Amino acid sequence: MTQASLKHPLDDILRMDRIPHIWCEGCGLGTTLNCFAQALKELDFDLDRLAIVSGIGCAGRASGYVNADAFHTTHGRAIAFATGVRVANPDLKIVVLSGDGDLFAIGGNHFIHAARRNVDMLVICSNNFNYGMTGGQVGPTTPSHALTMTTPYGNIEHPFNLVALAAASGAVFVSRWTTLHVTRLTESIKKGLQKKGFSFIEVIAPCPAIYGRYNKLGDALKMMKDMKARSVIRHGIHPHEAEIDPDRRIVVGDFLDIEKPEYSDRLRALAEKCREKQAHET
Amino acid sequence: MTLTVLNGTYFVQGDWACAEGAIAAGCRFFAGYPITPATEIAERMSLRLPQVGGACLQFEDELGSMAAVIGASYAGVKAMTATSGPGLSLMQENIGLAVMTEAPCVIVDVMRGSPSTGQPTKAAQGDVMQCRWGSHGDYEIIALVPSSVQDMFDLTIEAFNLSEQYRVPVLIMADEIIGHVRERLVIPEPDEIRVVDRKKPDKSSGEYLPFQPGEDLVPRMACFGEGYHFYATGLTHDEKGYPDMSVETQDRLVRRLCDKIRRNADKIIKLEKLFLDDAEIVVVAFGSPARSAARAVAAARSEGIKAGLLKLVTIWPFPTKELEELSKQLRSVIVLEMNYGQLVREVERAVKPTPVSFLPKLGGEPHKPDEVLAAIRRCES
Repeated sequence: MTQASLKHPLDDILRMDRIPHIWCEGCGLGTTLNCFAQALKELDFDLDRLAIVSGIGCAGRASGYVNADAFHTTHGRAIAFATGVRVANPDLKIVVLSGDGDLFAIGGNHFIHAARRNVDMLVICSNNFNYGMTGGQVGPTTPSHALTMTTPYGNIEHPFNLVALAAASGAVFVSRWTTLHVTRLTESIKKGLQKKGFSFIEVIAPCPAIYGRYNKLGDALKMMKDMKARSVIRHGIHPHEAEIDPDRRIVVGDFLDIEKPEYSDRLRALAEKCREKQAHET
Repeated sequence: MTLTVLNGTYFVQGDWACAEGAIAAGCRFFAGYPITPATEIAERMSLRLPQVGGACLQFEDELGSMAAVIGASYAGVKAMTATSGPGLSLMQENIGLAVMTEAPCVIVDVMRGSPSTGQPTKAAQGDVMQCRWGSHGDYEIIALVPSSVQDMFDLTIEAFNLSEQYRVPVLIMADEIIGHVRERLVIPEPDEIRVVDRKKPDKSSGEYLPFQPGEDLVPRMACFGEGYHFYATGLTHDEKGYPDMSVETQDRLVRRLCDKIRRNADKIIKLEKLFLDDAEIVVVAFGSPARSAARAVAAARSEGIKAGLLKLVTIWPFPTKELEELSKQLRSVIVLEMNYGQLVREVERAVKPTPVSFLPKLGGEPHKPDEVLAAIRRCES
């Protein structure tokens, strides 16, 4: 067998000198990255036109594994940073790869405002229901009653429904899958990459090493089997009705796909109007 | 209304001059959050940037503003934000990110009374240490202090040039008086304005290392969309940009980030000198108080006192060497600050054992020339 034939089809899309990645055995983040790389491959996406931005946490490390321009920002600021990139260079497609804590706790404000403005970017949020990098603390998506290192008596808070939040904030494309749905997730990522406007994909990613262990959810395989048993595909239902209770029922699908003027398009139109007005006046 | 860089003579506010200086320097991206007394900069930018093909965004907060500025800078566009003390506090984490990822950018702080909400409409100089040490860890930045509307224009251009040259955030530390006062501003012809741009990679994408420094310790900068496929992170990183937690890499990186400013300090530091040649008593001042000091020093001279003024235009890196040298001819140093004692400690360190008297000013008004003159007389007697 020659050396060339040993090449994996996704090798050109990933930074192979950074592999193996840092993620734990059974973690869903590798699958999410794989689906993302697969989507780029299937679209034959021009990697020179891609900018990957991430925040802090396990999921935030994904930016370092893609062979494109990539920036690993401070905690919570990936979307704000991405807004600056998008406005400064509207020829780029920006993908934010991050996690539930980074995007919705410390970075929640930027999420709702970028969605409201409809800034063109695809946000892929790996939701593992806790802060994995710091050892498993409660987060904004941790289910009620769940055990974490900072909720030793069970979580007394209510979690966000991320797809409902995205839709209410103004996102134009909203989808949710689990890392079990690799083909469907890849297809949604392809749609998101081609969609103009603020697009959001939530990926339910098992964290067997930490969240799963604290809550006695079994090993990675058991968690995947449970996800399979509890997932229900409901394309096109209103994101507010897309229930998520990881212990009972996870509604997945492409929920929303609408058209709305994009922010940097409007900015460009504004600049042109200013110039026309000037030309007219002089 | 004009679509290009303005030129001619104007009677305008410092904040207005700052915005025009930025545009003249090539700034085409502004992100900010309204805050007194810096809001007029954002307002001017929102009117002007679309006219010159740029973009002005009002963000949801200062954390996002600063992050967006770094994003725009990394997309190849000169970018700025403007704020006041409370906003500067919120920007500090991302100022550290700009330092670590060597993102050229300009941050304007129009200082008001503090701590906390303080006196939004009153002048102060209470952020001169925050701008130096506000973010965590070891780093160096550049900070310039304007003391006139003309300075607001000229130094904003200088700030962009320095940030592009050294790939470091540069702060304009104005006080509220300079931000809001209306004065004569002369904008030169565009070809008389010196504009510096960051150095671009001189190697192919396969050979380019995004954080490999040149002789000046500054790496050449690739931007998003140019085909280099670079990776930048706030984590400690090697020349490739990849995270590396080793002792050697942290040591090498932090030293270089500091040394690229320290070793080039002579080229960066700008001072203005008045009657210094034979001076024995020197007033050290910056911003609004430097104007009172100039008048007081002139008055002292007419009384036969050998007084002089050292106006600090660059406060960071601090002109330690210049003060050390100057102190050899001095009997006394007087430091003016609109705070309760910040840069005076740097001056004391530099001029040791020359005695230093400190004139703090709190409440929103600068020192009166008579107060400064009285201090000079006390040193003389």
